[in-house]
Amino acid sequence: MARLPAPKVPGLVKGLGVTLKTMGRTMFPARGIKTLIPAPSKGAATVQYPHEKEVPTPRARGVIALKEDNCTVCMLCARSCPDWCIYIEGHKETAPPRRPGGKPRTVNKLDRFDIDYALCMYCGICVEVCPFDALFWSPEYEYSELRLADLLHDKERLGEWMETVPDFEPYEAGSEQKVRKVPR
Amino acid sequence: MSSLVLAVELAWWQQTVLRTIGVLAAVLLPAGTLVYVFLFKMMSFMQSRLGPMEAGPYGSMQLLAEVGKWIQKEDIIPWRADRKLFAMAPYIVVMTVFLTYVGVPFGPDAWFADLDVGIFYILAVSSISVLGILIAGWSSANKYSLLGGLRAAGQLIAYELPMVLAVVGVVIQAGTLNLQGIVAAQHEGAIFGWDGIGNPFILTQFVGFLIFLVALQAELTQTPFDMPVAESELVSGYMTEYSGMRFLLFFIAEFASAGAFAAVAATLFLGGWALPGVDLDADYMNVLGPIVLLAKIMLVAFLVFWVRFTYPRFREDQLQQLAWKVLIPLSLVNILATMALKVAY
Repeated sequence: MARLPAPKVPGLVKGLGVTLKTMGRTMFPARGIKTLIPAPSKGAATVQYPHEKEVPTPRARGVIALKEDNCTVCMLCARSCPDWCIYIEGHKETAPPRRPGGKPRTVNKLDRFDIDYALCMYCGICVEVCPFDALFWSPEYEYSELRLADLLHDKERLGEWMETVPDFEPYEAGSEQKVRKVPR
Repeated sequence: MSSLVLAVELAWWQQTVLRTIGVLAAVLLPAGTLVYVFLFKMMSFMQSRLGPMEAGPYGSMQLLAEVGKWIQKEDIIPWRADRKLFAMAPYIVVMTVFLTYVGVPFGPDAWFADLDVGIFYILAVSSISVLGILIAGWSSANKYSLLGGLRAAGQLIAYELPMVLAVVGVVIQAGTLNLQGIVAAQHEGAIFGWDGIGNPFILTQFVGFLIFLVALQAELTQTPFDMPVAESELVSGYMTEYSGMRFLLFFIAEFASAGAFAAVAATLFLGGWALPGVDLDADYMNVLGPIVLLAKIMLVAFLVFWVRFTYPRFREDQLQQLAWKVLIPLSLVNILATMALKVAY
C-alpha cells in the first residue's frame, strides 16, 4: 500500500474558500451599497434559457445553412460526411446559352438536399469541403423537434437559415487572404 | 416539570400515534429543508448557477414535484434479484434513520425517547443502515451494486471507530451518555469559571468535533467519501437497480440521516436545543428548543455540504489510511487529554 502523503491542509482550506467565494459572488453580485441584497439571477453565469435567449457567439456552430443557388450537386459534402447524414439528389437540365448565339449549357439542378440532424455530429467537414460557397455555419440553435425523424431538414429549411449566417469577420491586419463574402 | 404539556392524560396508543407523527415530521422536514437549501441552492450558487427555478418561487416546490415523479415510476425488480431482500433493503435504511431521530432531544419535554444510554443507542442504531445498504447491494444481482455495498461495509470499518472515539471525549466531559444530560452539562458548564455562554463542547472538544465531522462525512457517504455511490465508477453503487418509490426511500434516508447526524453533532458539540441564558426547565423551551436545534442542524449541515461540494472523491484505501493512521490516533490522544484534564480539574 502506498504511503499516504501528508494531508495538505492549506490547500484544503483554500478549496473551501473557492467554493464559498463563488457562492458569495453568485448570491451577492452587486458592488457598493447594494452588496447585501441577494440577487442570484444576476450573479449566476448561466442563462435561464426559455425565459431569456442565450446570445451565441458569431461563429458558433449551431446549424448548417445551405445557399441553394451555389450548389452544383457535386456531392463532395455527402461523400466527406463521416456519418453519411447528407442526402443529395439532382438531375441535369439544359440552360440557355450565356451569350446570344452560344451553345446551350448543361447544368446540375438540385432536387433534394437533406441533412439529418439526428445523425449530424457538427464536425463541419461539409462546410470546409464545399468549393462553391454553398454551405455555411449559422449560430441558430432552436430547431429541436418532438420526433426524431423530423430532424431530417430539407433544402428549404436549410435555405431559411442562410439569413442567420453572420458575415465573416475580417482577418487580422496584414493578411493577404481576402475575406470571403457570405452570398446573400 | 411537564405539568402543562401532559395535562391531558393520553392512552399509550395515542402517545404512540402522536410520536409516530412527530418522528415523521422531524425526519422529513429537516431532510426536505436540507435538500432544498443545500443540494438545490447552495450547490448551484457554489457552481455559479441558479439551480431549480421553475417549480414554485425560486424552485421551492421542486422537491414535491420530484417526489410526485418518483411515486409514479415503475418499481422495477431485476429478474435475478433476491426479491424479498431487494424489496426490504430501503426500508431497513430508512428505519435506522427514524430510530436515530428517536434518540435526539428537541426540548426539555420534547423528546421521543429519553434513554440513559442515548448517544450509545444512536451510534449503535445508525450503523444498522450499512446492513440495509449491504443487503441492497447483495440482492440486486448487479456487480456495481455489489461493489457499492461492499465499499459501504468497508467504509464502516474506517469511520465508525473514530466517530465513537470522538464521542467518548464528550461523554467523559459530560459524565453521562444521556443526551439531555449532555445538553445540560454544556448549558451549566463554565469556561475557566466564566459561565456566560455555558460550555459548548466544541470549545473544549474541538479536535473531537473535527474528527466527528470527518467521520460524519463518511457515515453519510457525502462526497469526499462517497465511494459506495461513486456515480463515475459504480453507476450509483448499491442504488443502481432501484427505481421509483424505493429509490426515493434511499434518497430520503441519505438526507434524513444527514439531518439526524447534524442534530446529534449539534447536541454533542454545540449545546443542543439549549441557548445560553435560558431556563432549561421552562415550558417555552419545548417550542423554542426545536427551532434552536434546527438552526444548529442547518449550521452543521452547512459544513457537511460545503465540504461535499468542494472536494473530489477519495479512494477506499485512502479513507482507511486516513481513518486508521490519522483520525483514530488523534481521537485516542484526545480521549487521554480529556481524561487527564477531567481528573485534574
